[in-house]
Amino acid sequence: MSERKIIDARGTYCPGPLMELIAGIKQIEVGDELEVLSTDEGSANDIPEWVNKVGHELVGTTQEGDVWHVVVRKAK
Amino acid sequence: MKILIIGGGMGGTILANNLARRLKHEIKHGKAHITMLSASDQHMYQPGLLYVCVGRMAPDELYREQASLLEPEIEFHVDPVEEFHLDQNSVKTKSGKTYDYDALVISTGSRAAPEAVPGLAEHSVNCYTEQNALEMWRQVKNFKGGKVGIVVGVPHKCPMIPLEVTFVLHDYFKEKGIADQVEFHYTYPIGRLHSLEPVGKWAEGEFANMGINTTTLFNMKEVDGSGKVVHSEEGETVEYDLLISVPPHRGMEVIEKNGLGANGFIPTDRHSLKMEGQDNVYVIGDTTNLPISKAGSTAHFEAEALAENLAALVKLGEPVRDYDGKVFCFIEAGKDRATYAMFDYGHPPAPKAPNKAVHWFKMAYNQLYWASARGLL
Ligand SMILES: Cc1cc2nc3c(=O)[nH]c(=O)nc-3n(C[C@H](O)[C@H](O)[C@H](O)COP(=O)(O)OP(=O)(O)OC[C@H]3O[C@@H](n4cnc5c(N)ncnc54)[C@H](O)[C@@H]3O)c2cc1C
Repeated sequence: MSERKIIDARGTYCPGPLMELIAGIKQIEVGDELEVLSTDEGSANDIPEWVNKVGHELVGTTQEGDVWHVVVRKAK
Repeated sequence: MKILIIGGGMGGTILANNLARRLKHEIKHGKAHITMLSASDQHMYQPGLLYVCVGRMAPDELYREQASLLEPEIEFHVDPVEEFHLDQNSVKTKSGKTYDYDALVISTGSRAAPEAVPGLAEHSVNCYTEQNALEMWRQVKNFKGGKVGIVVGVPHKCPMIPLEVTFVLHDYFKEKGIADQVEFHYTYPIGRLHSLEPVGKWAEGEFANMGINTTTLFNMKEVDGSGKVVHSEEGETVEYDLLISVPPHRGMEVIEKNGLGANGFIPTDRHSLKMEGQDNVYVIGDTTNLPISKAGSTAHFEAEALAENLAALVKLGEPVRDYDGKVFCFIEAGKDRATYAMFDYGHPPAPKAPNKAVHWFKMAYNQLYWASARGLL
């Protein structure tokens, strides 16, 4: 059973939600998921770009109010 | 109330002094007691290491005796903690002593971990310890020209270092008259030059003027020392003759060993600064897992908020404020220009163009820091 961890990066500007995801993904197992919460619209676009380039899997992006939830599965 | 502070760096020292001032009366009458345990009898002003790398400061300028920075009411021991017994409100130290507490504050900092990337420790230099900064200075001084690679791991302390180290090295080679023989290649893990978008935009213009090559979305995978090339997770490469790294960081081993947090970073509530799941354990500085800058200024503002709350706990029985995520970072933009970024959970930064005045203010702050550590500023 894969696990899902949450990174709450709401309201943070530095190091930024994508940096948190990059650091966080090293700490989880292949197949596990990370959900990044971000209030920064840029990250909602940056994260899929990075995930694609490195070769992880974007599970989905949803918006609730002004918070984006981006879920990524570690693929390698 | 017995308050035990672990770590005598930026966070722990500012907190202890601020608290001691607020609780002078209570300490005198035995209602409060502050103890600090640290791993060293010296206090290092870490930001000064950036100047050591280019021969503009000697390491001995960066140290003060820790005891000399503390208010006399604070009981101070050089005796690193080895075991945390949070269920018994106590810690055990290297000397074998047990210290108990009513409130515990952990501020043990973070450390560069170049060993996390194959080849990085052997083939790159960094500015994160005195020894490494001196080695960087030795290699920089002897560098006759060629390719300078800059590679960045996450998380790392002081988010401005990747830019600053590039700026100060560039100015150093210019001053030495070999700038036209040096080719910089700056890389960054995400899709711009800095995690703060306005800072990244600003750096774009600066780097273009300086002729610095850049590759974004570059996360180190391994360093091939014989081929002098760094490979990224994304499948790209950077060649180098001199490799400058900002290694990924971890918290202290003692945090991991005691199961307080993955990679040495402790899960912390962003407003109360309490360790998650604990009611009398607080975390400040680099040791938190908060997605905000690992910077001295973060430790400073967290320490101020926590000092106010712990003092209120003693005097009023409850905390009085939340930490608002405030951070202030200077950005050295070369040898005589600087700017700054200031932000909190609710307000993004808006850095201005660098100028000489901010650089001189940063130079003054390098000395004023000691007043700030004493809790005077
Ligand atoms: C080159 C460089 C440049 C920087 N520039 C800036 C800058 O311009 N602006 C800025 O804001 N920040 C800057 N920083 C970052 C800043 O120095 C750190 O973020 C800050 O020191 C963190 O404070 P801290 O209290 O969390 O940890 P530290 O200051 O690192 O203190 C940790 C303390 O814990 C003690 N300790 C460790 N283990 C134990 C143990 N087991 N038991 C007891 N004590 C222990 C250590 O002895 C030390 O006293 C820079 C850092 C570097 C390296």
